[in-house]
Amino acid sequence: MILEYILFAILGLVAVVTSVAMITRPSPVMSAIFLVLNFFALAGLYLLLNAQFIAVVQVIVYAGAIMVLFLFVLMLLNTDSEHAILKEKRKLKFIGIFIAVLVFIQIGYIVFYSAPSDSVTKEIAESINAGKIETIGTELYTTYVLPFLASGFLLLGATIGAIVLAMKKFE
Amino acid sequence: MTLLEITIITMIRIAIIISVLLLTVSYLVYFERKISAWTQNRIGPNRVGWRGALQPFADVGKLLLKEDIIPSASNKSIHTLAPFITLVIAFSTYAVIPIGPNVTLFGYDIPLAVADVNIGILYVLALTSLGVYGITLAGWSSGSKYSLIGGIRSSAQMISYEVSMGFSIAGVVLVAGSLSPITIVESQYGWMWNAVLQPIGFITFAISAFAETNRLPFDLPEAEPELVGGYHTEYSSMKFASFFLAEYANMIIASALIVTLYLGGWQVPYIDKLGLGETLTVLIQIGSFFVKMGAVLFFFIWVRWSIPRFRYDQLMSLGWKVMFPLSLFNVVWVAVLIMLFNI
Repeated sequence: MILEYILFAILGLVAVVTSVAMITRPSPVMSAIFLVLNFFALAGLYLLLNAQFIAVVQVIVYAGAIMVLFLFVLMLLNTDSEHAILKEKRKLKFIGIFIAVLVFIQIGYIVFYSAPSDSVTKEIAESINAGKIETIGTELYTTYVLPFLASGFLLLGATIGAIVLAMKKFE
Repeated sequence: MTLLEITIITMIRIAIIISVLLLTVSYLVYFERKISAWTQNRIGPNRVGWRGALQPFADVGKLLLKEDIIPSASNKSIHTLAPFITLVIAFSTYAVIPIGPNVTLFGYDIPLAVADVNIGILYVLALTSLGVYGITLAGWSSGSKYSLIGGIRSSAQMISYEVSMGFSIAGVVLVAGSLSPITIVESQYGWMWNAVLQPIGFITFAISAFAETNRLPFDLPEAEPELVGGYHTEYSSMKFASFFLAEYANMIIASALIVTLYLGGWQVPYIDKLGLGETLTVLIQIGSFFVKMGAVLFFFIWVRWSIPRFRYDQLMSLGWKVMFPLSLFNVVWVAVLIMLFNI
């Protein structure tokens, strides 16, 4: 148990530090690198919660695919330092801070005051099984098969849309 | 087993794997030079030691003594970090690959892989998808156009071929019904190797493995005639050596994966019918894993010195228009096989 708390503290600290570093770096590429580190810390936190599948998928999909594409675009554009939007429009800064505080209060309320849903139990054996890939697979292809297939078709539609838009530019 | 015993056994396993891997990597470079000389009717390295057998150590000594140059236009911290990322990822992938069946030593039941993870294949996929960061960041941080183009090429190439690689592995996972490499090897009993059951998946995986390791004919990220050295143009000394070592470590991992997933891992057909002793059987099985791996490695080198490089648009259309549909077809093929014959 003690080991778990130590790991949680380290991973949580890394997650917080990297996310702050990510929004404060002037260079977009450095921000992207810190975001990747943040994904790793999150993956570690998922592992601590026995959600192995989500942890690995977090790394494969977000760190391995999406962020590589982001880095790819950032490097192609080669933007050395970000446009100083916030210095030009000071009002935006205050609106941003206001929204951030609002979201923080919401999350705090949910964590401390709301009741957990009925499906969340404190049974350790069940919670270990819930994170296993077998459980997730069975649930996806039985209980949630319609939403699963529907999101698949949505993604396919989006891909075809992107290709059509790109084709227009070349013709 | 107590926690202390588990820790000690794991440490020993890690030490063995790392030292075997390092030794194999350095001799792979030697064999690559020897085989290339053989293909081109040359002699190859023959000065240091018997027929040049100590050449790898001379090379490492030379690289360590060289000056380490960091270009002034580079981003220094990332420039230093990139080779380490590449090397760490290349070596940690090996943790889940089993080199033999479980053995009983001094009363302990020891699996011959560093870690028996039940999502081992996903772990491998996650690490190989991260391998691109080392190369991309090296290319970006060098502050040179050749490096940048090399880095961008490698990220585009790796993303494209990861897709067909993932789908080829899906076929293997369907047959084994598990993501654990040990179960996957056990499912390929006798002649039920995945290369026999799903030849298309085997070919798409092998080709994607070539692309993922940046080996010829897929070495666009470091195409010498156009890009000098590609992403490692601005690297020298031991940092260059780490990229070099990582390339060969990746080759070893790719061939170990091909053997594990498609060529039956440590399985030798009908070995249990011969009535050999248990120790001898296990030794033959471990030996067979390394023989198969050596054959695949030889194939890697053989291809490099026989086939010219792709053009970039050929590479992309091969990846998306040929490999991707083929690997999807392979998944359907395996599903139909399972439905009809219930394997």
